[in-house]
Amino acid sequence: MTANPSGVNSVSYLEYKGRHKGIKSWIFSTDHKRIGILYLISMLTFFAVGVTFGFLMRLELFSPGPSIMDPQTYNSIFTLHGIIMIFLFIIPGLPAVFGNFFLPIMIGAKDVSFPRLNLLSWWLFVAGGLLAIISVFLPGGPADTGWTFYIPYSVRSGTNVVPALLAAFILGFSSILTGLNFVTTVHRLRAKGMTFFKMPLFIWSLYSTAWIQILATPIIGITLLLVVMERWLGVGIFDPALGGDPVLYQHLFWIYSHPAVYIMILPAMGVVSEIIPVFSRRTIFGYKFIAFSSVAIALLGSLVWAHHMFTVGMSNTAMFIFSFLTFIVAIPSAIKVFNWVATLYKGSIYTEPPLLYALGFIFLFSIGGFTGLMQGALSVNMHIHDTSFIVAHFHYVMFGGTGFGIFAAMHYWWPKMFGRKYKIKTAKTAFWFLFIGFNLLYFPMFIMGWLGMPRRYYDYLPEYTPYHRLSTIGSWILITGLIIMFSNLYSALRRGEKTTEPNVWGGETLEWKSATPPPLENFDVLPEVSEAPYEYKENDEVEEKKTEEAV
Amino acid sequence: MSSAEHAVGHHVHRDDEGARLGMWLFLFTELLLFGGMFLIYSIYHYVHQSEFHLAAKQLNTMFGTLNTFILLTSSLTMALSIAAIQKEKKALSVFLQLVTILFAVFFMVNKYFEWSAKIQHGIYPGSEELLMKSNGEILFFGLYYLMTGLHGLHVIIGVLIIGYMTIGTVKGKINSGNFVRLEAAGLYWHLVDIIWIFLFPLFYLIV
Repeated sequence: MTANPSGVNSVSYLEYKGRHKGIKSWIFSTDHKRIGILYLISMLTFFAVGVTFGFLMRLELFSPGPSIMDPQTYNSIFTLHGIIMIFLFIIPGLPAVFGNFFLPIMIGAKDVSFPRLNLLSWWLFVAGGLLAIISVFLPGGPADTGWTFYIPYSVRSGTNVVPALLAAFILGFSSILTGLNFVTTVHRLRAKGMTFFKMPLFIWSLYSTAWIQILATPIIGITLLLVVMERWLGVGIFDPALGGDPVLYQHLFWIYSHPAVYIMILPAMGVVSEIIPVFSRRTIFGYKFIAFSSVAIALLGSLVWAHHMFTVGMSNTAMFIFSFLTFIVAIPSAIKVFNWVATLYKGSIYTEPPLLYALGFIFLFSIGGFTGLMQGALSVNMHIHDTSFIVAHFHYVMFGGTGFGIFAAMHYWWPKMFGRKYKIKTAKTAFWFLFIGFNLLYFPMFIMGWLGMPRRYYDYLPEYTPYHRLSTIGSWILITGLIIMFSNLYSALRRGEKTTEPNVWGGETLEWKSATPPPLENFDVLPEVSEAPYEYKENDEVEEKKTEEAV
Repeated sequence: MSSAEHAVGHHVHRDDEGARLGMWLFLFTELLLFGGMFLIYSIYHYVHQSEFHLAAKQLNTMFGTLNTFILLTSSLTMALSIAAIQKEKKALSVFLQLVTILFAVFFMVNKYFEWSAKIQHGIYPGSEELLMKSNGEILFFGLYYLMTGLHGLHVIIGVLIIGYMTIGTVKGKINSGNFVRLEAAGLYWHLVDIIWIFLFPLFYLIV
């Protein structure tokens, strides 16, 4: 540690010594950056478990017929894969890890509004995660209902559905607390001069996400509790024999779970909006459109839930309205894509790893988005409902979208977070493995889904074999990519070249004005903001001079 | 930096406005939690109107009215306790908080008698007596237990929170210069109150 005359704050958050020592100085820390790292470690641990389950499922599907597991195990594994990936990886992935770490820094604050609540939300996250894991080993076996917990099977199944439901409930609570914290922080702690329209777009997306977390999560909370009550007491709310309605469960479930996919995707869109201007050295195209499209997605995304239920039997009017709204919700997403591409146009592009992952996001998310529109059309929806087409679409949006968004964020902010550089070449190699493996893994699912391959089946007819083979081979390439990427990032922490350069990539947002790695309270002197983010004026001037000289 | 412990600046920062905003956001989530239940209630009420009417007649309106009175008054004492602390009347504030807790306990005792009377008559989820009734009645009583039960849980949590605040007031941590936590507890208590204001007519009066 070097003595710094400018004040106590200049000690890096990694070296800071507080009341506690060792691991306690992390798990009881209220510093938003340490909490972000805690989330990062726990999230990646769960991600590893989720990937393993996915890998095993693909392995089982390599050949028709039972090969490495029986149907019951397969049911449990796809359930756990879903619960872990959704509640423990994608939902907390960006807001809880990078949001926690960078939201206060990017708005020029010392911390979030409620640091202790922030720590509590991590503890709840861990408690929920552990409960989900424990449910696997309790007598009765892991839940086999799928992550949607559809009634009536979730009431009748003899497996440990209740612990899984309670785990999801606790995780929801953790998510609510994070959202509440972020909304308050954005309203109260922005730096002097940072108006709403001078906020970085990542903050806009986190802000919209936080509102969805606050407003939608309670609905799933009460719904899951009702299923628990149904199992314990047999109240009859969802039981047709007692006058209840199982379809009502589906409505309540999707009232949360559709907005939840925007909780997952919006922050990733925010990350891409950060990365694109930095690596094309241009002011973002259509700042306000991107900002408002986040809000529009948050609003419209709350009104489309029943498009998950076109086959359960609804009135034609309802189906028509939900289908129409589903088409509408694609507009703000498309606005973002066009603006990103327009930003790239005529920019001076640096194809560093963060940009590669961001471009990967745009490409894969566009495929995922378009296939989503196909499902929004009522007639097509009937044809592909509950086939692997849906699985492919969902993974293109969630893994190709949010997953690549998380990887992009890691490569963008890793040097800032840890003051270490990773190997650029290896990161690029990993990207190509991931990109190729991803497409090989999920694209065949579109085709076989279209041909009629149902989802959630552990077996299939022999004519689907080539697609399943390709897909499984794709999973091996994808996992190789993941191993290369994570070992590269990990070895950067161990042996990577140290850096204290504040602005690693030439960004214009506030986190690049803080030291690398950031000091305990982020800034020695709280910054004042006078202009919008992504103003690449200097760069423009340099370019102009060059052209003038050339002329 | 050779000192073993670095200066902590975290908890020095205080933002009452932010704390209030956070509490209101939390209350939104509570409203939506109950909102899910109210939604279910309104759907089943719509489907089984006459049966809901029949079932509601079996509830004792006296219990409900008494509890409404108790809870409304407790909201008043809670609000007064905040006014008292603002005027530096610590003892009065503590007294009013204790009265609020006492009212909450009355509410729960009342609820206990009401529930146990119903259970003694064999009306509870899954009971033979109840299962012999019509679907609408089964749902009505199911919702009755779930919604008043969830509300009762909030009353208990409210008692714990107010109790914690009372300790803080006695110790002087909550005082005329820093009472935002007591205010937040008050907001929570008013939420518990207002949810009951909706539960009472839905189960006892308008059906």
